[in-house]
Amino acid sequence: MDWMIEVEGLVKTFGHLKAVDDISFNVPKGQVLGFLGPNGAGKSTTMKMITGFMTPTAGSVRVAGLDMDDRPIAAKAQIGYLPEGAPAYPDMTPIGFLNFAADVRRLDAATRRRRLDYVIANVHLEAVLEQPIETLSKGFKRRVGLAQAILHDPPVLILDEPTDGLDPNQKHEVRSLIADMAKEKAIIISTHILEEVDAVCNRAMIIADGRIVADGTPAELERQSPLHNAVLIDSNDDGVAEALFALANVSQVEELQSGRYRVYPKYGESIVAEIADLSKQRNWATSRLSVEPPRLDDVFRKFTHSRPADGHAEDHNDNLEAV
Amino acid sequence: MATTWAVFRRELKGYFNTPLAYIFIVIFLFLTGIFTFYLGSFFLRGQADLKPFFNFHPWLYLFLVPAIAMRLWAEERKSGSIELLLTLPLSVWSAVAGKFLAAWVFIGIALGLTFPMWLTVSYLGQPDHGVIVASYLGSILMAGGYLAIGACISATTKNQVVAFVISVVVCFLFTVSGAPIVLDFFAAWAPQTLLDAVASFSFLTHFNAIQNGVIDLRDLIYFISLILLWLFANQIIVDLKKAN
Repeated sequence: MDWMIEVEGLVKTFGHLKAVDDISFNVPKGQVLGFLGPNGAGKSTTMKMITGFMTPTAGSVRVAGLDMDDRPIAAKAQIGYLPEGAPAYPDMTPIGFLNFAADVRRLDAATRRRRLDYVIANVHLEAVLEQPIETLSKGFKRRVGLAQAILHDPPVLILDEPTDGLDPNQKHEVRSLIADMAKEKAIIISTHILEEVDAVCNRAMIIADGRIVADGTPAELERQSPLHNAVLIDSNDDGVAEALFALANVSQVEELQSGRYRVYPKYGESIVAEIADLSKQRNWATSRLSVEPPRLDDVFRKFTHSRPADGHAEDHNDNLEAV
Repeated sequence: MATTWAVFRRELKGYFNTPLAYIFIVIFLFLTGIFTFYLGSFFLRGQADLKPFFNFHPWLYLFLVPAIAMRLWAEERKSGSIELLLTLPLSVWSAVAGKFLAAWVFIGIALGLTFPMWLTVSYLGQPDHGVIVASYLGSILMAGGYLAIGACISATTKNQVVAFVISVVVCFLFTVSGAPIVLDFFAAWAPQTLLDAVASFSFLTHFNAIQNGVIDLRDLIYFISLILLWLFANQIIVDLKKAN
């Protein structure tokens, strides 16, 4: 496999604090890797080390086969990076800023024109090209940063919260832009928005306390949810809970409120067909029968649970969703 | 080289994007005027030279150059743009050199705009143009020295005010080490060699030498090596604590 990003044994300590604690992974071309994790988990720090901004305490980073420590300039040339908060030069205009990036990256005149046209059209910057960046809205600032990151059509993209501060339409546009580029590049994005992982990533990694605690496709991670394949059933008949519990593949029946039950499967297998059969057999007046939708946030909470506040939030959420 | 040029152009354009450049230039010209004509008694001296004009340059630069230098790196840190700059494919040295050169050229523009002084003195008498050219050269070299010190100190902090104050103090030391207040202190007891060594660190000593119209290679080497040394330190500081 041709790895575009190789991260090996990455460690970063700040004084006594271990911000990143022995992280290793590889990303091939065509993969969109989503970094998930609570604030302060080490996502941004990892990205800063991959892009060569921070020097790792230990470990190594290779980008397109180039070692960041030995050949930083060549390695950086392979990367497009949107740092956290999308910093830019406040008194420059977007077009001036993009031209500066093109100067440093030594794009020739023809490539520069073609790429500028492409990013300006695809990131929708036409309207603000000549306005100082400091006067732009948060969403536009983010898009200027994104335009800068993809300007030179890099094989590796590192995007730290690319859709933060965008409205739903803009989020959708940025996601489709990432999806369009996905085949040709190796991409890492970090996000707090779990639906984004479903929308654009084909691999997700949960980072907590500087370590990788889960790694797989979004579907694989969803399978780890306690609610995976659980079934919601509304029925006011008598003895529903007992009958459901008697089914072979059912591990637990929870009565959420009077006449509404959540049925958990054993081994995560699909049980909705069995329950439908049972309901028909017994002639229950079932007003609702549905499989719980796959939810990454349960998985996220499960893996990043060590914080006390999370446990509380979990109870609260479950109640809300049950209503 | 190309990346230094790119940083240089962005920085220099940046000065004129904000009121900073215009305010600086106006204040610089205003102060040089006041110093020359009032404190320097340009007319009373009755001599066709620019001595009173150049004599005040070290003291003017002492405050004005750190004001330019303080933002060079501190602002990048504050706004986070340093992360962007240093993840572009350029060496730290080209960023350091590009920023320094842009600020230097900017100060050079301000200094260049004092040309009416030269015209005035030429109109009034027969000045030694060679001395004036040498003095301008000495002045810009000295400004480069102050600037390199200020740029290096700016890289250590994200607070521009801190950068300014510390730069002024360090620049002050480099200025007065050749002035009587310091030298008299040593003169009473120290051997002449030590006295010379201390004086040789001073901008004043070297600037005065050039101002007399003699461009000695040693004075040129002093300023150029001082600039390079501080820029080298600047590069190391940026490299070591780029992410803090």
